[in-house]
Amino acid sequence: MPELEVKGKKLKLDEDGFLQDWEEWDEEVAEALAKDTRFGPAIELTEEHWKIIKYIREYFLKYGVAPPIRMLVKFCKKEVNPNCDLQYIYKLFPQGPAKDACRIAGLPKPTGCV
Amino acid sequence: MSEVPEKLEIKQRFPLWKKWLKPITEKDYKPGFYSYFALPKQVNSDFFKMPFGDVVREPLEKDWKLPENWKEIVLKEMKDTMRKNRGFKLFMDICVRCGACADKCHYYLGTGDPKNMPVLRAETVRTVYRYHFTPFGKIFGEWAGARPLTEDVIKEWYYYLYQCSLCRRCSLFCPYGIDTAEVVWWMRRVLSRIGINQRFMCISIEASSRTGNHLGLYAGGMAGSIEQALEELKDITGFELHTYINKKGADALFVAPSADYFATPHWYVLLGYLLLFNELEEKYGITITWSTYASEGGNFGTFHSYEAAQLLNSKIYKEAERLGVKFIIGGECGHMWRDKHQFINTMNNPPKHEEWRRFWEDPDLGQISAGLKGINLGEFISGEHGWIHILELVAALIEHKKIEIDKSRNDHWRATYHDPCNVARGMGMFEEPRYVLRNVMNHFYEMPEHTIKEKTYCCAAGGGMLADELMELRMRGVMPRMMALRYVVKKFGVNIMLTPCAIDKAQFPHAVEYWKIPVEIGGPMEMVGNALVLTAFGEKPEDRKYDLRGTPIREE
Repeated sequence: MPELEVKGKKLKLDEDGFLQDWEEWDEEVAEALAKDTRFGPAIELTEEHWKIIKYIREYFLKYGVAPPIRMLVKFCKKEVNPNCDLQYIYKLFPQGPAKDACRIAGLPKPTGCV
Repeated sequence: MSEVPEKLEIKQRFPLWKKWLKPITEKDYKPGFYSYFALPKQVNSDFFKMPFGDVVREPLEKDWKLPENWKEIVLKEMKDTMRKNRGFKLFMDICVRCGACADKCHYYLGTGDPKNMPVLRAETVRTVYRYHFTPFGKIFGEWAGARPLTEDVIKEWYYYLYQCSLCRRCSLFCPYGIDTAEVVWWMRRVLSRIGINQRFMCISIEASSRTGNHLGLYAGGMAGSIEQALEELKDITGFELHTYINKKGADALFVAPSADYFATPHWYVLLGYLLLFNELEEKYGITITWSTYASEGGNFGTFHSYEAAQLLNSKIYKEAERLGVKFIIGGECGHMWRDKHQFINTMNNPPKHEEWRRFWEDPDLGQISAGLKGINLGEFISGEHGWIHILELVAALIEHKKIEIDKSRNDHWRATYHDPCNVARGMGMFEEPRYVLRNVMNHFYEMPEHTIKEKTYCCAAGGGMLADELMELRMRGVMPRMMALRYVVKKFGVNIMLTPCAIDKAQFPHAVEYWKIPVEIGGPMEMVGNALVLTAFGEKPEDRKYDLRGTPIREE
């Protein structure tokens, strides 16, 4: 299974590039995950990206999963850009919130009937 | 233009029958058709422990790190299964390989892989059965269509048994009624005994036994989601609505698939549920509560093994007893209804508390509210084990004229209805959802007759096949359904396909994008929510300006 090297430490990923152990995550890991081109185009993390990543991460620590898309859009409208909609989030994270935003935020892949 | 040939020749080559006996190996695995193995954190966790789950395996590696005595375990489990479940033994013996099922499987139609024909899918198991359990097969070997159990056979099983969505369309056409899904289900269980588990379903099973739902959502997150839904409803209707979570002494417990309070388009269905519950409480005083413990109706265990299914559905009757409810209402979920309609009463004990027992002596809603007298839950198809389907309840409410409906609010939608396999074929609920849809909207059209009701085509993502790594298989398998949908889109201008199943709602948005069909996906309860007039709150039919998606209902 693929690995990711950060600060000389090898972190385990799953086949789709998600961190196997969410506790190993920090901001440097996020940078490395965003630059990794094995699982999609590289993303240059801007302040807007960080706001969303941190929101997702906090929600995950509190409630055990990523926030529902509708909550994410609502947060984004309030805190990031008043014109935010789903397309805007896809502009920031080309493969979508589940595949890119959750992966960079170090969350496990969303499951269930979603 | 080229000339039309006089004689049309199709060159077909029929491979030797003995060739089918040779198992495929990991080298023949095609990307997009095989699933990942479960990781130890999913199948060796405190909440879900499977034998030999502590090993990390890779499907494409030659060595699958099977336990030393794997062969003994598999044969013993097969033997036990045959002893305990006579159906399985019968299905091993009676197939005459007539091939009636072959072109009924959506995966075979979509992939063209011969071993995806239900007859051959089950034959991968029967060949081993013949070799190890019948004297005829043992003596004559491959001449009797028998082959010994080898590691490659395990690999072939993992590949083909996990390309089945357990939809049971094949069993409908089998002259003997062989249920290939049952063979697949029991064999998946046998595979799980030697540490072979599919990842997608095990993530969900583990999450469900840990937190109560497949998403792994904690209580606060669920409550927060429902609160947000109520806020949205305030914007749409202008009324302060409410709901109950974990309320002791409520009349009914409501159990929905967890995707309903998380994903889109499931979300609009959640809004529909909440509108109905508010109207029922204001008008008839019937209280309906959610539970954060039984926060999932779906049961991915049903795709995996008997034990996992039992584990996941144990929580719901327990919660019904703890809250002291009289009956349970189930939401728009597919496999939940196979589980709750056919398995739950033999897997777990029904609640024993006084309110439940007294209510079910004569399950008439008149016991709860005089205004609802005449609606008898005992007559419901879904009502057998204390569960009733929300659409069946709505159908009864409409029939007895207990709620007011304004059809014209759905005039911007032209809908068709997809029968989920487990609700239609599994439980036999065909007419109720259609009755509801014809009564809440003016434009409702059926897809061709051989693709609906008991002959419905699967969405190709059920049975644990909703994993991302199986996308190729999913998009191919959904082809028959998409062709039927395209037909009604062209003929009637259908712009939404409604389906009361969470897996469908997750699969179809991808499918219609892939097959380039311009329709939206939704659930029947969304249309009910649109059309329901909240008379108890003083709403007038013309008051509602927006539908649950926030689009204007009437053009100015």
